[in-house]
Amino acid sequence: MTVQTEAAQAPDLLYSEAEEDLRSAVRALLADRADAPTVIAGIESDTPYDLRLWESLAVGIGAAGLLVPEKLGGQGATHREAAVVLEELGRSVAPAPYLTSAVVATEILLALGADGGPAAGLLGELASGSKVAVLALPFSTPPADAGAAMAGTLERTVSAVAEAVTADVLLVPTADGLYAVETAGDGVAVQPLVPLDLTRPLATVTLTGATGTLLADAGPAAEAVGRGLLAGAGLLASEQLGLAEWCLTETVRHTRERHQFNRPVGSFQSLKHRMAQLWLEVVSARAAARNAADALATGSPDAPLAVAVAQAYCSGAAVHAAEECVQLHGGIGMTWEHPAHLYLKRAKADSIAYGTAGRHREAVAALVDLPAP
Amino acid sequence: MSTVIDAAGIRRLTQELLAARPPATTGRADFLKARFDAGLAWVHYPVGLGGLDAPRSLQPVVDAELAAAGAPDNDPRRIGIGLGMAAPTILGYGTEEQKQRFLRPLWTGDEVWCQLFSEPGAGSDLAALGTRAVRDGEDWVVDGQKVWTSSAHVARWAILIARTDPDVPKHRGISYFICDMTDPGVEVRPLRQITGEAEFNEVFLTGVRIPDSRRLGPVGDGWKVAQTTLMNERVSIGGARIPREGGMIGTVAKTWREQPELRTHDLHQRLLTLWVEAEVARLTGERLRQQLVAGQPGPEGSGMKLAFARLNQEISGLEVELLGDEGMLYGDWTMRRPEIVDFTGRDAGYRYLRSKGNSIEGGTSEVLLNIVAERVLRLPVEPRNDKDVAWKDLAR
Repeated sequence: MTVQTEAAQAPDLLYSEAEEDLRSAVRALLADRADAPTVIAGIESDTPYDLRLWESLAVGIGAAGLLVPEKLGGQGATHREAAVVLEELGRSVAPAPYLTSAVVATEILLALGADGGPAAGLLGELASGSKVAVLALPFSTPPADAGAAMAGTLERTVSAVAEAVTADVLLVPTADGLYAVETAGDGVAVQPLVPLDLTRPLATVTLTGATGTLLADAGPAAEAVGRGLLAGAGLLASEQLGLAEWCLTETVRHTRERHQFNRPVGSFQSLKHRMAQLWLEVVSARAAARNAADALATGSPDAPLAVAVAQAYCSGAAVHAAEECVQLHGGIGMTWEHPAHLYLKRAKADSIAYGTAGRHREAVAALVDLPAP
Repeated sequence: MSTVIDAAGIRRLTQELLAARPPATTGRADFLKARFDAGLAWVHYPVGLGGLDAPRSLQPVVDAELAAAGAPDNDPRRIGIGLGMAAPTILGYGTEEQKQRFLRPLWTGDEVWCQLFSEPGAGSDLAALGTRAVRDGEDWVVDGQKVWTSSAHVARWAILIARTDPDVPKHRGISYFICDMTDPGVEVRPLRQITGEAEFNEVFLTGVRIPDSRRLGPVGDGWKVAQTTLMNERVSIGGARIPREGGMIGTVAKTWREQPELRTHDLHQRLLTLWVEAEVARLTGERLRQQLVAGQPGPEGSGMKLAFARLNQEISGLEVELLGDEGMLYGDWTMRRPEIVDFTGRDAGYRYLRSKGNSIEGGTSEVLLNIVAERVLRLPVEPRNDKDVAWKDLAR
């Protein structure tokens, strides 16, 4: 037998019973309130997301406060549980400002320290689901750009801010530090854009003469924003995993039922091999996403690498699964009524969110000493 | 059932073994035999057969204690086929007598095993095999040819499948035997490969007499027995626990760090992509292991071999390119007959060529994709016309 010694802090890549219970609750809620016809009907309506669904998820299940300690009004859980919520949101592509508010903005406020003060107050409101806050940076910003984002003043325009239309508060990085700015206040304009992914609204935020509350000076703010973006990128991998899994499951179901040439099309080897390959990618994406969630949850020094690896892998896996889903559904995959397009649009937009795979590979190169020429 | 044993109990038994047979003053063979008899060889095996009926997850406790004490190990690389394939099959289907006879020398490495499965006309379609075994009194008389047999030139025993009834469909007329490689009529010829080495052999069986007492499982049920062997083969191929940058990616990463003059932007992008994929494959293997320990075995095992085959091929291909002028050279074309299968040893050219076998040996990637599609995803099976036809009536 070969010699094996357990690493002192081997990542736990499985799901706990509590996590599976949480999954069941979130899945049941989404099946009830955000099935495909409901999501399709909702994306072209005036309301960016279903307020009752958000209230049930954020308050009813308590998902908004998973990352927040109990003494600050949260659930005192970890990134591992939040990742499970995101797997389910990915599986249903339901519009909900979970990743942006309950993960990224929440993580930033947690990083700023919560010993009273405005950050702690806002944190409690996010945890209870009574407010939504988003970081006023382009959705494409990778963790590596957090320092560079601390520039300019409160007079600024930021494009492609995710969920800004649903936010009560914007977290605005400036050269002076990080400000909390109420979207309803004077001098704040949130102009919706037409997004590729209709299930995650984007907007241009324009601040002219706006006032805000300074939450932290530039140094600690840059660190906190970096931590928020790292958590966002790391847990986005779980959303991508859930999305890819839905695409594979539906493609298998469809090709088993759809007959051509007097056979189920799923019996053709050329198609079977493509779905088997997708299965392997989903299995791999699960290991990568769980590793990132566990590293974030345990505050592992390995977290930046675990996140970069998960993003570099899961982005492509989700896009591949969604593209295969459209193709293997044939003509129906190209229609508006079938939900496949929602997944393709989400997967492609997600591949840019919080840094492209290429940006994350650059991070890997720096972290493991594989420098460019 | 035995009493439940825990990590502390296992550790105590290991320390007792070390006290009774101090590695410093005990010969390698004696130590390994004593370890087997103490039930510390493979702790999940039954008492009396090298185990303690303990959970498999306790084996690392034993291994770590013994390694720390400088105890000899049984060179699992050299005896891989016996450990990974013959042993679980004998444990599952052998008679009490067979288990007592074969498992101890197999585990200690006194007896090396090989696997007589594939044939020139039956590779991926293994059940089409034509090697015949005909009953003659208390013996079976075996005639046929096997191929791709690693370790045949050093093996004492072989697991063998042969056709015992040509008049029924191909999966039903097969029986499973233990073949003595020193018997008259067994001829092993080296088969020189793409790397220049003869790591595999052809094995010719001519009138080989195998006593019926060396049959594993019922007559005609050999296909079912072989499934145990094949499942364990796939798990053992992709199942080794490796550290970050273990395996082929580590070699390329080292070259990249040490020879900056070789770097190009194109190779950098490809290297990073493969580094990420190798790390994800490592994590996927780790997750599979955690599932096994937690008693939730998943079907991921068949996928791991697919991933490693592709990765090894791409990484070793990248390595040859990275080396530039040196990549056009080859270490040594001299024909050798190595005792063990070596995936990563020698130079980049060897690794590139050897990795081409990774998607063929132990089930081709195409067959594994079918297995995943049909058994994991439950996609409809390919229509087939060989299920109800007697083997002798199949087109060949």
